[in-house]
Amino acid sequence: MDAAKDAGQPNPAAEAPEAVAAEHQPAPNAPQFTREEDLHAYHQMLLIRRFEEKAGQLYGMGLIGGFCHLYIGQEAVVIGMQMASVDGDQVITGYRDHGHMLACGMDPKGVMAELTGRRGGYSRGKGGSMHMFSREKQFFGGHGIVGAQVSLGTGLGFADAYRKNGKVSLTYMGDGAANQGQVYESFNMAQLWKLPVVYVIENNRYAMGTSVARASAQTDFSRRGISFGIPGEQVDGMDVRTVREAAQRAIEHARTGAGPYILEMQTYRYRGHSMSDPAKYRTKDEVSKMRDEHDPIEMVRKRLIELHGVAEAELKATDAKVRETVADAAEFATHDPEPDPSELWTDILLDARA
Amino acid sequence: MATDILMPALSPTMEEGKLSKWLKKEGDAIKSGDVLAEIETDKATMEVEAIDEGTLAKILVAEGTEGVAVNTPIAIIAGEGEDVAAAAASGGGGGKPKGPAEGHPAPTPDMQAEGLAPAPAPTAKTGDDAPRAPAAPAVITNKAAAPVMEEFPAGTEMVTMTVREALRDAMAEEMRRDEDVFVMGEEVAEYQGAYKVTQNLLQEFGARRVVDTPITEHGFAGIGVGAALSGLKPIVEFMTFNFAMQAIDHIINSAAKTLYMSGGQLGCPIVFRGPNGAAARVGAQHSHDYSAWYSNVPGLKVIAPYTASDAKGLLKAAIRDPNPVIFLENEILYGQTFPVPKLDDFVLPIGKARIHRAGTDVTIVSFAIGMTYALKAAQILADQGIEAEVIDLRTIRPMDTETVLESVKKTGRCVTVEEGFPQSGIGAEISARLMVDAFDYLDAPVLRVTGKDVPMPYAANLEKLALPNVAEVVEAAKAVCYR
Repeated sequence: MDAAKDAGQPNPAAEAPEAVAAEHQPAPNAPQFTREEDLHAYHQMLLIRRFEEKAGQLYGMGLIGGFCHLYIGQEAVVIGMQMASVDGDQVITGYRDHGHMLACGMDPKGVMAELTGRRGGYSRGKGGSMHMFSREKQFFGGHGIVGAQVSLGTGLGFADAYRKNGKVSLTYMGDGAANQGQVYESFNMAQLWKLPVVYVIENNRYAMGTSVARASAQTDFSRRGISFGIPGEQVDGMDVRTVREAAQRAIEHARTGAGPYILEMQTYRYRGHSMSDPAKYRTKDEVSKMRDEHDPIEMVRKRLIELHGVAEAELKATDAKVRETVADAAEFATHDPEPDPSELWTDILLDARA
Repeated sequence: MATDILMPALSPTMEEGKLSKWLKKEGDAIKSGDVLAEIETDKATMEVEAIDEGTLAKILVAEGTEGVAVNTPIAIIAGEGEDVAAAAASGGGGGKPKGPAEGHPAPTPDMQAEGLAPAPAPTAKTGDDAPRAPAAPAVITNKAAAPVMEEFPAGTEMVTMTVREALRDAMAEEMRRDEDVFVMGEEVAEYQGAYKVTQNLLQEFGARRVVDTPITEHGFAGIGVGAALSGLKPIVEFMTFNFAMQAIDHIINSAAKTLYMSGGQLGCPIVFRGPNGAAARVGAQHSHDYSAWYSNVPGLKVIAPYTASDAKGLLKAAIRDPNPVIFLENEILYGQTFPVPKLDDFVLPIGKARIHRAGTDVTIVSFAIGMTYALKAAQILADQGIEAEVIDLRTIRPMDTETVLESVKKTGRCVTVEEGFPQSGIGAEISARLMVDAFDYLDAPVLRVTGKDVPMPYAANLEKLALPNVAEVVEAAKAVCYR
């Protein structure tokens, strides 16, 4: 840990929040990806981007109801994390969860159909945008109560430790959730019992409409585990390479029995908190600066062309393939029937005799 | 002047204990703070310290004596300059008692349960509340009632055990049976349980499966639910359900709703258990009855047993159930004994009420500690020629309306008894169901006997007034019988 950080130095963010919020510092000397790794990351991130754009459209058409929180801008975080995890590691997050589901390998059709509340959705239309799960893909939701997934994710890690199965729980939360009390209760127990949990704090700078500096006395989220002795680091969450590198370190730490690890992913969401958010709390310039200079997908695209010599045509083919996947998902999600009315009364309790 | 040392009450619900050891002998000089004796309850071993200086003149209760009631004189202390022999000769009760009761016994939980504690105020409504010298409140032993419903083979050997032991045995048996079952909570392991319900589990199953948590209900409830979503079968003990309010978000939003929200993919096989409702003199924040709260939530099962046998059979069923189960215990019932069938694997069905006492004139529906009022009232009513049928719901959700309905069709009258608040309570629910399903059978409106609509007061007399009592149940039963 940086001793100066611990010495209680005045927090510059508290004095000039806007200036800090607008600056994004890319990590120097980011590790390099192979051509295949960059291609994989590009495809995966683009899938999330296009999927979310389509979800936004469908919402605007009234085909998706309620709340819908888009992940656009943050794609490098979950893709970098997944590139460092292995099959069987669990993923759990809050309500901005579509990206995590796609990254876990869940079928875009099933996710989109859940957004439209149709019977082919992952929860048969009974969960919605914020509540989808896949035991097969070890994705545990999809939770609408800010911070609840942190205790639950710690419980997934508890189960891994109990079973000694060598798996790790990747527990995501936002900068807003990171201020909830149960997060610290969970940190305490995770470190006390050396549970294999990697806490990923996706700091997208705004908890709904409240900037980090206006909500957090300590804006360096990597330090939130200090009093429990949990190591943490800040990561450039816009660069999928730095994300994966930090993820490898953190997951290795957790998997080898050394206990939990905190990764603060410095990221940015381009869209509002939800579809109904006019985003008056930040300037258009701030958003466009991030888009233009730090877009995680553009960064990979540039590397693929300039560094790996991938032809434009190949990337266009990838783009087309992704668009087709997303169009198919939307097609399915808008034509699949609504759940049968009898579904109202199913899945409330499991049959104890089964 | 000689002073009696009285058997102390070491917890809010202690009624008796074992005088396990004297650390001073007759003739010893005593200073304030000296440890005189060790007292063992079913929960803990505690030391009795001297408050005054003097000489231990006489030991009245020999060490090793079990079942010494609270407030029994156990020794006599001669004051400074006093003749020790004379003090000793004054005998138990001759001296001025030294204790909170000052010669007038404090109401004990048992007396409260009976509605028999000394009348606190002249406003007491019926003769049943009249002052009465309490008998020494030894452990309450409940004899097997006439077997109204058989849930085990005839001729099964019965063993007498406390509710506390029954709960412990249920957990131990299920933990032996299934490696995925574990217990977590505050003081469940090394301390052996705040109320000794998890006694010896750590010794048998080790720290991996009997997990002491920090005092962070919200966090550990969430961890328990997460482990359950992953397929383990946690038993989460709350030191009391009052503290579960810190965790109620996980109980309801995470445990109860996930199966539905996941379209049936993610079950949550978890038991939340611990004492619920009023103990004795523990104030408003430690006395809340949450039966009605949890019974309101789809996706939960809610169990509130009365007898040790039900506690055992239903806790085993709860642990095996693939759904989240709220298991509401009661601190006052922990020490009560009941006959329990001696069977290798005694599991009861969740969602079945039991006719605890058969009758023809009025149906009394209750559960958990409410049954103590109901059964005593039924006895009094029988003496007055009214045969009450007493139904123990046992499970609050899903509620066995059928058994209640059949009884009310027979009796035409119904009284509900619970310690919880009246509004939106269990009695309100039963009343509503009967109005719809038994309207043509009812000869009188359903009456509810509940806790009063006030936060639980501390003062002994007020607390007694706040809780339901036997007299109220008798009165309500007579009212619906128009007598």
